[in-house]
Amino acid sequence: MSAYQSVPAAGGRLPLGRVRALARGQGVPIAAGTVVALVVLAAVFAPLLAPYDPNAVDPLAVSQGSSAAHWLGTDDTGRDILSRLLYGARPSLLAPALITLTAGLAGTALAVSAAWLGGWYDRVVSAFLDLVFGFPGLVLAVVGAAVFGAGLDIAVITLSLAYLPYIARVVRSAALRERALPYVSALGLLGLSGRRICLRHLLPNLLPLVLVQATTSFGYTMLDVAAFSFIGLGTQPPTAEWGLMVANGAPGIIAGQPEQSLYAGLVIVVFVIACNLLGSGLSRRLLGEDR
Amino acid sequence: MIARFVVRRAAALAVTLLIASVAIYGALFLSPGDPATLLVGGGKEPSPRLLAEIHRQYHLDEPFPASYWRWLTGMLRGDAGQSLSYQDSVTHLLGARIGNTLLLIAYAALLIVTFGVALGALAALRGEWADTVVTVLSTTFMAVPVFVMAVLLTWGFAVRLGWFPAYGSGTGFTDRLEHLTLPALALAASWLAYVAQVSRAAIRAELVSEHVQTARSRGIKESRIVRKHILRNAAAPIVSVSGVAVAGLIAGSSIVEQAFGLNGVGALLIQSAAKQDLAVVQALALLTVVAFALINTAVDVLSAALDHRLPPGGSR
Repeated sequence: MSAYQSVPAAGGRLPLGRVRALARGQGVPIAAGTVVALVVLAAVFAPLLAPYDPNAVDPLAVSQGSSAAHWLGTDDTGRDILSRLLYGARPSLLAPALITLTAGLAGTALAVSAAWLGGWYDRVVSAFLDLVFGFPGLVLAVVGAAVFGAGLDIAVITLSLAYLPYIARVVRSAALRERALPYVSALGLLGLSGRRICLRHLLPNLLPLVLVQATTSFGYTMLDVAAFSFIGLGTQPPTAEWGLMVANGAPGIIAGQPEQSLYAGLVIVVFVIACNLLGSGLSRRLLGEDR
Repeated sequence: MIARFVVRRAAALAVTLLIASVAIYGALFLSPGDPATLLVGGGKEPSPRLLAEIHRQYHLDEPFPASYWRWLTGMLRGDAGQSLSYQDSVTHLLGARIGNTLLLIAYAALLIVTFGVALGALAALRGEWADTVVTVLSTTFMAVPVFVMAVLLTWGFAVRLGWFPAYGSGTGFTDRLEHLTLPALALAASWLAYVAQVSRAAIRAELVSEHVQTARSRGIKESRIVRKHILRNAAAPIVSVSGVAVAGLIAGSSIVEQAFGLNGVGALLIQSAAKQDLAVVQALALLTVVAFALINTAVDVLSAALDHRLPPGGSR
């Protein structure tokens, strides 16, 4: 942890509020959040930032090391690795974002309704979540690819299902605790409908927890999506995607050209560490606990 | 108490496996076209005569419960059908590969349990710089996915240093172990880091507990305190998380086998999924889910049993 703490403090003169935030031990989450934000910006503005077309093949510049023309070198068909990393950020981030969003929304809806309604509905929902939890996500995605054909879309659908319990189980137990608090029965006595209490009062109070779970899950879904593309069942060539780039570069490693695999792998690892640190920072800040 | 817990867990396991098997078999009928094309594999349109033959062979025209029952009982008898893309029986394909996969998982599990617990204990008991090094390294390694670790290890230890082979399964026991070393390390790395962190936390919690302070005040030798009072009580969470890690290896092994060109069950699952050869995919998915659920249940029971021996109020 201490290795990261010094990063933002080196920024020279900072606004007073920023300094106070750092002094309160927010340095790590701020650095992590900056990394996440920069990667998202790179994905959005990839067409402006990338020096080359990510799919432009150059037979005269195959498997080059870094140079002034190609900062991070070129791959085995002469495509610019930096441009492919920048464009590759799009599917690499979009797919996990869709998965986290779907699992987050559906998971929260299931969790809050189960906690509120209780009874057989709660038992069915809990049993369903336990069942999905006992299924390795990657195996689910592989079966999906076998039935519907390889592609990133099938990874998004199957992994959304696989990540549902990660959010729903935590939110459900928090919703049960919240439901038992006196203010909820007071609202009921005031004559508010169950739907209104859930949407206007329970949900806003559970939102920080959902946000923390989603941030941490985002890093792990990103790993799963990249792994799925790495084994050849996700993003299909020639589309640039980080997991696929690690796989594309793999034959080059034995020939002594590890750049493509190493750079793509490094980007994945740095991004996932940033997500995890941001998640635990948010957790400490919003929920007041370490996890 | 423990007997009732075991019975309850076994019942839950049976229900989980039943529903999972229905889902795995039912996947065949989720596809938009004729399910028989998925049993041919290869993703191309087969001849009507072949399709009719497959319909007959797999009893696809019978109602779902009947054909499901035939499939399930076939699986239990060890008859998992024929793979048309491999021109071989699924059982034979599996039998030729399961040894590599089991050896890989056992190797990785051994690395995780021995080095994970040892590093966690080192960090907790030595403290100081050992603690810092283990904490920073484990935080980093936990974020490195299996396939990136595979690339890093291949580059470092196979290409640069030339200590281990980079590719293939090898023949003979020692050659196979040599070929499996880098894959097992790649598979183990992030789980090893996780087990180290959990062990460290569990042992640290015991170090400051009241019963350890009492033992110290009674003048018991420190080495005996560590063995009899700290490690024994820290065992429950360590066993539980090690079990979760071993279950996780099952899913991760397919990626490693694919990355290192190992001839194993996981690589077969991925390759047959790419060929859309569903007879193989269904059998292997069922096998994976059964192994995953069995290990998870065994771990639950084991840690409950370990917990049971703890004195009331003892920390977990």
